Parts: sequence; C-alpha cells; structure tokens
Amino acid sequence: MSSVNYNVLGLIFASMHDSNIIELTEKRTMGSIPFGGRYRLIDFPLSNFVNSGIVEVGVITKSNYASLLDHVGSGRDWDLSRKNGGLHLLPPYSQKYNGGMYTGRLDALRNIWSCIEHSKAQYVIMANCDVVTTIDFAPALRQHKESGADITLIYSKGMYDSKKDKSGTILEFNEDNTLKNVFVDPKISGECCQWLEMIIISKDVLDKIVHYADTSNVSSFTREILQNRKDEYKIVGYEHKDFFVRIDSTDNYYAANMALLDADKRNALFKPDIPVYTKVRDSAPAKYGLESNIKNSLIADGCVIEGTVENSIIFRGVKIGKDTVVKNSVIMQGTVIGSGCQVVNVITDKNVEISDGKTAMGSDLYPMLLEKNRVF
Amino acid sequence: MYTKKKVVAMLLAGGQGSRLYALTKNVAKPAVPYGGKYRLIDFPLSNCTNSGIDTVGVLTQYQPLVLNEYIGNGEPWDLDRMNGGVHVLPPYESQAGASWYEGTANAIYQNMNFIRRYNPEYVVVLGGDHIYKMDYSKMVDFHIANDADCTISVIDVPLAEASRFGIMICDDKNQVVDFVEKPKEPKSTLASMGIYVFSWKKLEKYLIENENDANAKREKGEPWSKDFGKDIITSMLRDKQRLFAYEFEGYWKDVGTLDSLWEANMDLLSPSVPLDLYDKSWRIYSRSNYMPPQYLGDNAQVENSMIAEGSVVDGSLDFSILFAGVTVEEGATVKYSIVMPGTVIKSGAVVEYAIVGSDCVIESGAHIGKSPEQVPDRDKWGIAVVGHNVTVSSGKSVEPQDIVGENI
Repeated sequence: MSSVNYNVLGLIFASMHDSNIIELTEKRTMGSIPFGGRYRLIDFPLSNFVNSGIVEVGVITKSNYASLLDHVGSGRDWDLSRKNGGLHLLPPYSQKYNGGMYTGRLDALRNIWSCIEHSKAQYVIMANCDVVTTIDFAPALRQHKESGADITLIYSKGMYDSKKDKSGTILEFNEDNTLKNVFVDPKISGECCQWLEMIIISKDVLDKIVHYADTSNVSSFTREILQNRKDEYKIVGYEHKDFFVRIDSTDNYYAANMALLDADKRNALFKPDIPVYTKVRDSAPAKYGLESNIKNSLIADGCVIEGTVENSIIFRGVKIGKDTVVKNSVIMQGTVIGSGCQVVNVITDKNVEISDGKTAMGSDLYPMLLEKNRVF
Repeated sequence: MYTKKKVVAMLLAGGQGSRLYALTKNVAKPAVPYGGKYRLIDFPLSNCTNSGIDTVGVLTQYQPLVLNEYIGNGEPWDLDRMNGGVHVLPPYESQAGASWYEGTANAIYQNMNFIRRYNPEYVVVLGGDHIYKMDYSKMVDFHIANDADCTISVIDVPLAEASRFGIMICDDKNQVVDFVEKPKEPKSTLASMGIYVFSWKKLEKYLIENENDANAKREKGEPWSKDFGKDIITSMLRDKQRLFAYEFEGYWKDVGTLDSLWEANMDLLSPSVPLDLYDKSWRIYSRSNYMPPQYLGDNAQVENSMIAEGSVVDGSLDFSILFAGVTVEEGATVKYSIVMPGTVIKSGAVVEYAIVGSDCVIESGAHIGKSPEQVPDRDKWGIAVVGHNVTVSSGKSVEPQDIVGENI
C-alpha cells in the first residue's frame, strides 16, 4: 500500500474500445460492463489508482455514460470524494474540430486539456477499462522517474496468438529497455510483450504531445506518437508480472469471467490487503435453499439460490429457483431464473428474467447472450 | 445555528452484554456480529434512516473502539448529514467533573445539551441489542394522535415468558396503567421492547427530577438508580402522565444471551420467520468490507445456509451462517452454526451447534459442539462458543455449553 501521492493524476478512458464488444456496450460504456460477480470494469483501474495512493482521478467518457455516472457517483465508494484531488467526471463537450465526439486518445485529451492543465500533478497515468488486473503503480512510477523516461508503457510478457486474441498491441524493446517497435493487431503467435494500454507520462511531455495533436489534427496516440514519433521521446517499458485479462470480444469476456474460478488467478486479482472497491449495494448475504447444490462457482451477495449451479459466475441479487440447473454461465445482477430451468453456456445481461421450465443453451464454443431487461 | 428537528433518536449502546461473555470481551454488545454481514446496531440505525429520522445520538461507554470505528461518519446508513446525522456520545468531563453513565436515564441526562441543540418535539429512545424492523415514524404518529407524554413499544409475548420482561398493563385505549419489571405473576403479556417515544419537554423535566432525586438519595446513603424503566416510567405513571403502549407486530428478538444470539441467526434460515433481509423497501444497511464474491468449490456441499462475501467453501455446510472471509476447507463440516468473519475451519474439523467468533482457526480434527441427540442429559446440552481470535488445536473439542476465550 502506498501513501497518498498528490503528484500524480490518474486518467481512465471509460469508453476506449467500446466497439470491440458492442453486444454489451450498446447501452453502456466499456467501464460499466459488469464483471466478476460484483464489479464493473472501471472498478479495477479506479481501485488500482486509489490503492497506489493516487487520489486525483479523471474519468473520460464518450457516450452512453448514464450507467457509468450512476455507478461511480461522487466517487465515495472508492474514497475519491475529496477536497484535495478526488474524482473528476469528464464527459465530452463539443468543440469545433470534433463535434463532441472524439476518435482517439489524443482527441480525448485535447478535449479535456484544461482539466489536466489545472491539476497540480507532475505526472499522468492513463489506463483503460478493458484490461482487468491488479497493479501497484508506485514501483512503475519510481522506474519512470529514475530512468528519466518521457513515457513509460506498462506491458505484460506472455503468450499472444492472433488466431485466439482478437486484438492486441505488441511492444518490442531494445536492450536498454527503450521502445523499438509497436505492432497493432499483428498476425503472430508466441511469447511477446503485450501492452496493457497503461501509460505513465510526465505532464510537460503530455502538454507538448497534446499541443502537437492540436496543431496537426491527429488523434491516435499509438499511431502518431508510439509508432511515428517514437524517436522524439524517451519511451521505456515496465513489466507487470501479475495476472491480467484483456476484454475485446463477447467470448473472451465470458472466458475472463470464467478465469476467476481458478484460485491462482482469483487470488492475483483479489489480494487480501489490496481491496477492489465497487459501489456498495447493501444486499444481504447470499442464501442457499434446502436443495441447493453449488460447485465451482463464484457467487455474490444478495443471491437466493435454490437450484444447482456449476462453473458459473453469479452476480449480486440473482434468484435461481428449485430444480433449475445453471452451468458454465455468467449471470449478471438482478437476473431471475425460475424453477425447472436449464441454463447452460449463457451470459444473461442485467435484470433478465427466465420463466419457469425454460431452457437457454449456448454452445461451449460461443456463449449465448441474453439481452438486458428481457423476459424469456 | 442548528436546524430544528421534529425527532431526535438516542440509541443506548453502552451495554457490556456480559451474558454474551466471550463475544463482548473487546467489543460493546451493539457491535456483536449478526446475520452474516451485520452488527446488532445496524438494525436500530437502519430503522432510524428508513423511518426518516436523520439525527441520532449513540451513547457509548463500554469498549467503544470497534463500535466508534464501525459507526464512523454514519455514511453506510445515510446518516452523514450536514444537519444532524449520527453522533457518537461517550461520557465526558465537564466543569462539574467527569462521570461515567450511571444508568440509561443518566446517559441521556448527560447529553441533554446534544438534544437541545436540535430543539426537537419528540425524542425516541432505543436500545442497541434487538433484531427487528420497525417504522418509528408510525410510532411517533401514534404518540401524537394520543396526545401522549410517553409511548412505549410493546410486543405480545407468551405468558410463560412474560416474567422475563418489563410488563405493561393497559386499559382498552392502550393507555398504560401500570408497569412491572419482570413480574413473578404477570397480569399482562405486553412486554416492553425498550423503545420509547417521549415528548421532549416532558422527558427533560423527568430526567432532571430523577437526577436530583437519585443524587439526594445517594448522599443520604439510600439506594438510588437512574434508569428508564425503573425510574422515569414509574415517576411518570405516579404523576398520572399520559403513557401509551404501541403494539408492535412482527419479528422482534432480544439477543441478550449466547443462546438467543444463536437462535436469532438460525431464524434467518427458517422460512416461517418473518424477517426478510432481502426486502428492498426496508433495507438493513451495514458497513461494507470490500471483499470479492464468495467461492464455492468442487467439493462444496451447501444447503440451507447464508454466506457473506469473501468466503471460500469447499467443505460441507448445512443450516449455518458464514460471515465475510470465512474459509471452510475440503472435508470440514459445519452445521447449525454461526461462523464470524475471517475464521478458518480446517479440513477434517467439525463445527456443530456452535458460535465461532471472528479470526479463529479451528484446526483439522478439532470438534466444536454436539447435536442435542448426542447429549442424553437435556440440561447439559447447549451451544458451544468459541470467542474471537482463538485457535482450537487439532484433536481438541469444545463441549456443548462450553465457552472458550483462549487458545486450546
């Protein structure tokens, strides 16, 4: 745990890569996609900042952000309702060059530059919501300062296979840890450094970059800075060694949830002394009925379960009736499944209702997604 | 400048809860865990906020550290207010000297200045050791409608149990004509729930009177007391003040003893008990501890139970309540028991008909409690209790009715 660091501004791109998972972002941002039984994706970057002592956090949104605003509120549940620093919600506003809709990270930064400029922080750390991991930014920041880097890119070393991973940015470094190459969605497989899309940058450098973006009317940080102008800055890597998942499609959203059934992965994400904060919902503990039978499942508060649940992630306040079998499924909050149902390889979005005796079955290759608020 | 409040609630939370022994060694009774994620005080605090009472004084005295930290700024109960909100009121030193709270009436007497700041019409006096959901605003309305000076909430109890309670004898209009504390031969079955609504000016008068009388008696070496039931209510009845009984219907449980605490938890697992914690219209709030969802493993066998977040269960669980962050390893058995936060039940351990406190370790092969069938002499059966932070070593057992407060 780190002490409070007023010298860093955290920025979260809540809508980055929304279009990768359009089924779940149609009515919400990437950041407000439910995940892991009781969280929204934004809880991970928010908690990472707070647990790293970073208490000034801006959340950059683009569209459909009602559910996100409802979730983060004043930031109180993350201890970000503060006089010094705290949470800044940064919805887009219309400027002459973009009509209120930005297309890339630089575009978004141009849009909110006045807010960044007013911050007293000397460093900015940027993160997305589509990468789920638990990371302490303090050692990465230390390395950034000690190495004299302009920009530090946080990556994870591991297997990447373009046939399985739908997207990814692969980094190559020189022997002195400076950036050599950046490949976006390359057709490769093997061990490599996958960028977690986390950036540590000194604010004066960011100022120059945003000014350049403004005058040159460019919008992509990856293309314009990391690829085209990397020799103008000292860009170095920082390896994050813990478990992470990147969510860029419905099937790997499903897989990322299922990964939490593995104790090692779960314990890497949820460490006893590094809490992942989320909106408090004041639900009662989960209740299991007379004939309930639960195996290998993650179950959140407020659930009432009377049937059988196997290999599943059950979010807060879900009800599962008698003689119902739920298997290999991700059941989002407020879902009500009646009695005598079969639900296998399914993702139910929020507040879905499955009536008594109904069967919902996806394939083990591709889960079936049941839309939000629908009655089946 | 303070805004005038119609109602101020005063919550008596100083009780030691000596009959809860091992569980209240380091915490005040209202901070005793209940129902998987609550503490006893969550019930009156949530009832206040749900009843629209936003100004609450919590009178603490015994072991206040955990309770103070738990209440904090009152945010979990929506009691962090610009005007009013929840205030912890410990005994303090004044120019007249320092004094501990010398009874329930004296505790309020010493904090009359807190109440006066809000200039309320009515003061609701509550205890911190009962499990119930109640709309105090209806009771205040009843008080107003009767033009009462004091209204006491009562519940109809079985005649056989009536002698354990303070019993109200009422006329046909619910006006209290007599009050007897723990009568040997009860003349009524209306038991006081320890919940009072007072018209503030009247209460103020009787508090001052009681204080002066009791102090005078003390100086003369006579027996004295400063207690609500015994002194304030009795004096008001003597003076023919208007006291009314407000009959409460619903679930109400006193958790003064280890057995009743165990029963009150077990009640949550009974479909016939009308205490619904899942009812969103009257939520019971508590301070969250930010743990991941619970994980039930491949070997888990869980039935008829409640489990809070952060627990990991791979053993067998029946008719039990697990609090946050409890581990039940593969091959461990827990039935008819309550296991408080952070405790680990190792593989091969058996816990039955027991209360296990927080952060305990029950080693493999340890055996806590016995079922009633295993104890031929009915008088020797009772729940087994392990206090907080206790390790029960392999091969050790804790017998029914035993209370273990140290490592064994």
